[in-house]
Amino acid sequence: MEKFTTIRSTAVPMPMEDIDTDQIIPARFLKATTREGFGENLFRDWRFAPDGTPHADFVLNNPVYGGQILVAGKNFGCGSSREHAAWAIQDAGFRVVVSSFYADIFRGNALNNGLLPVQVSPQFLFNMFSAIEADPKAVFTVDLEKQTIRIDALNLEETFNIDPFRKTCLINGYDDIDYLLSLKSKIENFESSRLEPAIQTL
Amino acid sequence: MTLFDKIWNAHVVCPAEGNLEVLYIDRHFIHEVTSPQAFDGLRQRGISLFRPAQTVATADHNVPTRHQDQPITEPLSRFQVDKLTQNCNAFGVELYGLGHPYQGIVHVIGPELGITQPGMTIVCGDSHTSTHGAFGTIAFGIGTSQVEQVMASQCLLQARPKRMRINVEGNLQPGVTAKDIILYIIAKLGAAGGTGYFVEYAGSAIRALSMEGRMTVCNMSIEMGARGGLIAPDETTFEYLRGRTFAPQGENFEEAVAQWSTLYSDEDAVFDAEHHYRAEDIAPMITYGTNPGMGMRVGDAVPLAPAAGDSLASFEKALQYMGFQPGEKLSGKPIQYVFIGSCTNARIDDLREVAAYVKGRKVAPGVNAMIVPGSQQVAAAAIAEGLDKILTEAGFDFREPGCSACLGMNEDKVPAGAYCVSTSNRNFEGRQGPGARTILASPLTAAAAALYGHITDHRQSAN
Repeated sequence: MEKFTTIRSTAVPMPMEDIDTDQIIPARFLKATTREGFGENLFRDWRFAPDGTPHADFVLNNPVYGGQILVAGKNFGCGSSREHAAWAIQDAGFRVVVSSFYADIFRGNALNNGLLPVQVSPQFLFNMFSAIEADPKAVFTVDLEKQTIRIDALNLEETFNIDPFRKTCLINGYDDIDYLLSLKSKIENFESSRLEPAIQTL
Repeated sequence: MTLFDKIWNAHVVCPAEGNLEVLYIDRHFIHEVTSPQAFDGLRQRGISLFRPAQTVATADHNVPTRHQDQPITEPLSRFQVDKLTQNCNAFGVELYGLGHPYQGIVHVIGPELGITQPGMTIVCGDSHTSTHGAFGTIAFGIGTSQVEQVMASQCLLQARPKRMRINVEGNLQPGVTAKDIILYIIAKLGAAGGTGYFVEYAGSAIRALSMEGRMTVCNMSIEMGARGGLIAPDETTFEYLRGRTFAPQGENFEEAVAQWSTLYSDEDAVFDAEHHYRAEDIAPMITYGTNPGMGMRVGDAVPLAPAAGDSLASFEKALQYMGFQPGEKLSGKPIQYVFIGSCTNARIDDLREVAAYVKGRKVAPGVNAMIVPGSQQVAAAAIAEGLDKILTEAGFDFREPGCSACLGMNEDKVPAGAYCVSTSNRNFEGRQGPGARTILASPLTAAAAALYGHITDHRQSAN
């Protein structure tokens, strides 16, 4: 997993709420068996007409907007558990998603891939959208070490929460498997200590 | 203590960093779409699959629903399904693939084979894993990185979610089903009303449901954002499991029942949130928008303003996509497709209910009505009971098992602009195909739409 450092970048605004993972990456693109290449179909049906013509009014097709930060309305990533959604966002060049509320599974998937889901207050989210509307080149600074996100032009800053273990993993590029594998003897002891006659192997 | 906490506590291997705990997983279901990258992860690390005997695989999301006896024609789908076979062979995982009598939608086969048992922790790389909660299990969907974690260690690092109890008391009106209960609850709580929670469904109306009905309710827990939902096991649960292929047998079964009977929330259990509904208030439900929280009674008009939890922009965007107006009545609205299937409603009970309703009648001209059994065992039972004949004679297209048009990964899709009354679980934009317009409903409401060619209350249309 790529190590996470401070990100200073412009942002792409998607104020829609309840953006589900079927929009982020439609099911028909889940046939790939590797993690790479999903970015080209990110938001496929919002970005392109069925014949492949780009929808000019969709934000990802507007050259004015760009950057490593995706800013979205509340309840981002609801629906299907497909981790392909996190892979697609990352493959398209984003390192941070900002929203006021996340679906649980998406949040976990993002963290497991070094994509930082920053949860801000509804007011701060509104301020971010306003800042981008005033200037699409507005710059934001996300500092994971300090757990802060900043609207540089307005000198507005908010702190965000992240589980300390997840933070350490992101900063060092570790993942949960390394940790779990180190507990193997504890897991085996747990298995042999269980008194559950109902649990039988298949 | 809550039922959830009893099961969770029994599976904590040890505390981990911060508020995380190492949670032991009893059963891991895998399928072709969310597992290949996890298997590759094990290869890259040079490790084996830790507990293959607690892992079961099937091919369901990306399989055709016709000619399953022949090679899959679509190359990418064939490659993905073949990859699952190769991976299961390489890592020693039992696979119920195409052609196997146990193959089917992962959340249909686990329970029907008796692999799913009360008190277990169960995960799968699929958000509808919550279905298994109907048996009093902690069952939830995970991403592919977590699939790899469970493959590597049979454990997950998890923070304990908050607990919610949803009580539905009283008697359902005739013709109102489990699907209507859960669509009603989600319409009340909204698409994010359960986020951060694990839900226990309780109350006399829940207790009165069959196991199939309970699975339908638990299945859609994720559609209000909850990680999972569960129901305390009881006689209905035990009778369902008795004699199932992988359930404990004989004396072991009685011993298991004694243990399973301790699985309930204590009277003084404290929940972080609690909701109460009256079964009498629930009527056949449909959705009008593009998330499962946008639901209403089939006879109602589309709301004039967004419901709790939806912004005006989301509401307007949804209605524009669906081609509906605020205040419009949807009863009588012509539809072109009907899909009866999915992990929500493709069990034998669902097929029986639909067959009884459509027997001797005909699908309306111009309606494409598809019925996809949830598993080979469901299909075999339907054929043995002659349901396939009744359905085919009525004009339904009776297919072979798989996830099919619920997510439109295979060729079973609804065309752009067309309306589909569907017994599946998601009405998201494009879920059943680019531009497809999905109206979620119970099997009876979907069957009525097929016969009449428009949205209708199946109770008023019965004759």
